[in-house]
Amino acid sequence: MEKDFEKIFQDKIDQEIKIEPRDWMPEKYRQTLIRQISQHAHSEIVGMLPEGNWITRAPNLRRKAILLAKVQDEAGHGLYLYSAAETLGISRDEMYEQLHSGKAKYSSIFNYPTLTWADIGAIGWLVDGAAIMNQVPLCRTSFGPYARAMVRICKEESFHQRQGFEILLTLSKGTEAQKRMAQDAIDRWWWPSIMMFGPTDDESPNTLQSMQWKIKRFTNDELRQKFIDVCAEQIKVLGLVIPDKDLKWNESTGHYDFGKINWDEFWQVVQGNGPCNKQRLETRKKAWEEGAWVREAANAYAEKRKQRQTVTAA
Amino acid sequence: MDKQALIDYTLQLADNALIIGHRNSEWCGHGPILEQDIAISNIALDYIGQARNFYQYAAALIGNGATEDSLAYLRDAIDFKNCLLTELPNGDWAQTILRQFFFSAYQYFLYQQLQQSTDQQLAAIAEKAFKEVTYHLRWSSEWVIRLGDGTEESRERMLHAIEELWSFTGELFEATTYEQQSVNDGYGVAFQEIQHSWMKKVGLVFEEATLPIPAANIWMQSGGKKGIHTEHLGFILAEMQFLQRAYPGAEW
Repeated sequence: MEKDFEKIFQDKIDQEIKIEPRDWMPEKYRQTLIRQISQHAHSEIVGMLPEGNWITRAPNLRRKAILLAKVQDEAGHGLYLYSAAETLGISRDEMYEQLHSGKAKYSSIFNYPTLTWADIGAIGWLVDGAAIMNQVPLCRTSFGPYARAMVRICKEESFHQRQGFEILLTLSKGTEAQKRMAQDAIDRWWWPSIMMFGPTDDESPNTLQSMQWKIKRFTNDELRQKFIDVCAEQIKVLGLVIPDKDLKWNESTGHYDFGKINWDEFWQVVQGNGPCNKQRLETRKKAWEEGAWVREAANAYAEKRKQRQTVTAA
Repeated sequence: MDKQALIDYTLQLADNALIIGHRNSEWCGHGPILEQDIAISNIALDYIGQARNFYQYAAALIGNGATEDSLAYLRDAIDFKNCLLTELPNGDWAQTILRQFFFSAYQYFLYQQLQQSTDQQLAAIAEKAFKEVTYHLRWSSEWVIRLGDGTEESRERMLHAIEELWSFTGELFEATTYEQQSVNDGYGVAFQEIQHSWMKKVGLVFEEATLPIPAANIWMQSGGKKGIHTEHLGFILAEMQFLQRAYPGAEW
């Protein structure tokens, strides 16, 4: 019986028919998706913090409005993603609980600090750029609600990326101090950004199953290479340097070769030792705990209203 | 027609929007509920938009190379004309909500009238902003009611917020010389009528929220509209203007 269901399920996937919340699905497929979608949602919410850090210091009114709108978009993305995960039978509060307890992860990139205005540009260009590389294939992912959320998200993300690049472009044409700021931001964000694609394929145990279920469409290394190829060209427009002395065009592979990634750093940050892990999580927990009375009041009021309406109706 | 009064009047509208928008934007990423984080950031965004429209108009009136950014980023506290209410720290969610409600109710009646201004620019900006403020007023009214009539704790916090903020509401309706001039010249809004509407609105919402209206004889703070601020504004500007001050003349 189970076998039949599993066959129908895999047939659907093979025929590119979306899996919907009420369809039968293997428990591991459900769990993988809950993990991935909630991790993605948490990344949007935690990701608001490093950029939010510069909303009150944005250099002019136009930039302020764009940045605020961008960070607000991320809250919106978090909302779509939490909703998509909820269709798999987990509540938003449970997901928050997992984030706060450290059980659920979020993208490690947000454990790095935003030290200058140029970081806002670098995040847009590199971090959002890497995110888009990961996310565009997710618009065709096999689980319907996730795929549909991603279609909306990708539209906004590409706008964010252009904004980030434009910030860097403006800085690169600016004063010496501004150019220095831009180069420094790229120096700090480059390696963490290419680590965003996750461990190399031979170190990524979940990839095979996820590809078979068409949750993932490309491997980590494929996406990373694609991203590096794009950035290696774009940096020329900025007249700045990617901090990798081994980065060079390889005629025979048709790709850029790149230097050794410091996976020790990657795992250290994943395990909680990045520069801002504690700070980010504490900030989220604080917002949640300090908001408890607000949520209680909203529930209590909704309850009172319902009762009054019942009384009036009777 | 007193041009300086028109400039000051416009700047006051711009400064109010910028400063309360700045305060609301501090909530972005820290809200108590994700949907409300989005709502308050959205209100902040509306305000930045309103501020830009008013600053651009003021800059055009001033000339001499003034821009929306030189007005926002290169004036000191003494030249800012926002009401004290808008610069007060956010406090807890109750305090932010109540500040928003008081100010949105004020702006609702102000912009409603300003749409009929003889100054076409002001009228046009007010018309667009009125739609936004109508939503802000609805949103903040609902929250005042929810918190006032929610739990014991939320009610206590609202009472505390009233105590903190009420004395800053008088200034909203206290006409400065340039506001008086704006009425004389026919483009500004007289406060008498809108103060009455404001009191009525606050009364209705407080009643539903089961919250008391403070006594009429409470001393009112003022000064912001004349450039005499609380200590808070200096810090807002220090933060907001940092890049423009540290890298003079740079393009961003």
